[in-house]
Amino acid sequence: MKSVKFLNLVVLGVVLALPLVGCKRNPNRITPIPAGQRVGPVKDPGAGAILKPDAGSRGTPMQDPEIGWAPTGTDQYQGWPEDRDFFEAQTVYFDFDSSVVKGSEQSKTGIVAAHLRANPSHAVKIEGHCDERGTEEYNRALGERRALAVRETLIADGVAPERILTISYGEDRPADPGHNEAAWRKNRRGEFLLLTPP
Amino acid sequence: MKHHMHLGLLFPLVLLLSLRPVGAQEIKIVKDAWLPGVTQPVPITISGFSGEVATVLRFDLEVAGFKFSRPEEAQFEVTGSNSGSVQGALVDRINKASIFSRTYSGGSLRRQAHALADDIVLAVTGQKGVAQTRIAFKVDTGQTSEIYVSDYDGFGAQPITQDQSIVAAPAWAPGQSVLYYTSYKFDNPDVFRHDLSTGQRRAISRQPGLNTSAAVSPDGRRVALILSKDGAPDLYVCDADGGNVLRLTRTREDDSSPCWSPDGQWICFATKNKGRRLLCKVPATGGEVQPIATKGVSNPSEPDWSPDGRWIVFTAQMGGFELCVVPASGGAATVLVSGEDPSWAPNSRTVVFTRRRGGNRALSLLDVPTKQVKDVPRVLGSNSQPGWAR
Repeated sequence: MKSVKFLNLVVLGVVLALPLVGCKRNPNRITPIPAGQRVGPVKDPGAGAILKPDAGSRGTPMQDPEIGWAPTGTDQYQGWPEDRDFFEAQTVYFDFDSSVVKGSEQSKTGIVAAHLRANPSHAVKIEGHCDERGTEEYNRALGERRALAVRETLIADGVAPERILTISYGEDRPADPGHNEAAWRKNRRGEFLLLTPP
Repeated sequence: MKHHMHLGLLFPLVLLLSLRPVGAQEIKIVKDAWLPGVTQPVPITISGFSGEVATVLRFDLEVAGFKFSRPEEAQFEVTGSNSGSVQGALVDRINKASIFSRTYSGGSLRRQAHALADDIVLAVTGQKGVAQTRIAFKVDTGQTSEIYVSDYDGFGAQPITQDQSIVAAPAWAPGQSVLYYTSYKFDNPDVFRHDLSTGQRRAISRQPGLNTSAAVSPDGRRVALILSKDGAPDLYVCDADGGNVLRLTRTREDDSSPCWSPDGQWICFATKNKGRRLLCKVPATGGEVQPIATKGVSNPSEPDWSPDGRWIVFTAQMGGFELCVVPASGGAATVLVSGEDPSWAPNSRTVVFTRRRGGNRALSLLDVPTKQVKDVPRVLGSNSQPGWAR
């Protein structure tokens, strides 16, 4: 079922204009310029949109005691509605360049954990975000560390790991587009999205 | 079929012949022993060109480390015209020698101008020019971003994705018209391989958690990337199609931005140790992680190893973002200019990077020996994470 969905991807193709190289040996010191390889999207190549349905193991999350809990795969929650408002007041904020869930933020994760314990059919997605003061790929990794760190507090609070998804957006989705400390403080965050069965 | 083969054989031959010096004069090669940031630009004067051709020639030559001067101060003089096609002659004014005189045909006038610029660079420096190469980059328009490919100077930018999702970190497979990049198309950062000549693309890494920062090995057979599937963002390497995943680091910290040594033996990346950020390298088949010293600067990330193996260029965060370069074996870092996310050109001399201008980001080109910078026109929104095809 799922692999059929992946095959439906509409992929962009690219036109390769073949070089027009109708040139001859030239005695007049003429330097011929080949037409360049141009790329551009074609409307829909149809075939070629082949996607590997499942590259990795999506089994039960494992814990490496030195590193942490392995993230949960997203497949089993496909199609589950996401409610961004439900836990809006529980957004966790971080210090600059840190993935430590501060003591001041743990009452928030406690509320989320209590909800999940009381509603066994619900799940949660944690989005890890960063301010713009890191480089982009560094922030994508840091955002993932933040999301996984928040997840560990929920696991420690008795929530099963497979009920907690994580995703890092790095600095791609700021809460405040400003370029000052007030904005950056709001952007270093972990947001909870409530997932309920469809 | 026969006809095609004939053209295919003849074309490289013509190109080779055309690169030979005209007449009996020898091409004088200026020694290529530059040090980052301290080399003087080469004074050159140019006349006879107009419009787009003049603009392209000036841009290309400044990126290549020339500076335009008054004729009496110039070491080299370019004369020519662009009526119908580009003609150009290069003279060494100091040694009073004519170096070449050529007429270009085919393509557009713009491409003829790039070819003349490359010929001048080759004649003066002995190194192949980069004016006819391409870059890939991320174009961010707010909620969504797409991968674009353009000429090295930003001309002819074309979208490669139109997914209205988030993309990141485009990287070329060396010598191929193939890009690897990160896309959130399936609601997770996954790594895709996209063949630009056929339009075929395939997700090669869809592990739970983070899949990002793909970097293709010099032989095109392996891909280094960052995965968090085992609990934290660590460095892994897999086959070009995503198979045979091998874990190279085991840290609780976040590893990022791998790049390859040109011999394919090492992968350099950014990591943290006891709260301090540093660059490290690890054998590509697994082994001991070794630090690469970047003395004099702090918080290094985004390394890129030069194709000639001599240098690692990277971003240091010290208040703002500074582009720096360090010998590949480590040592004292040289601060170049403000900017981030550098990518070497195939000449191991020019770098494309990102600068923050106002609220947006845009691409610029840096000639590392002279520290000359030229801005690349912005496509839309913010442009960042450039990767140079090489």
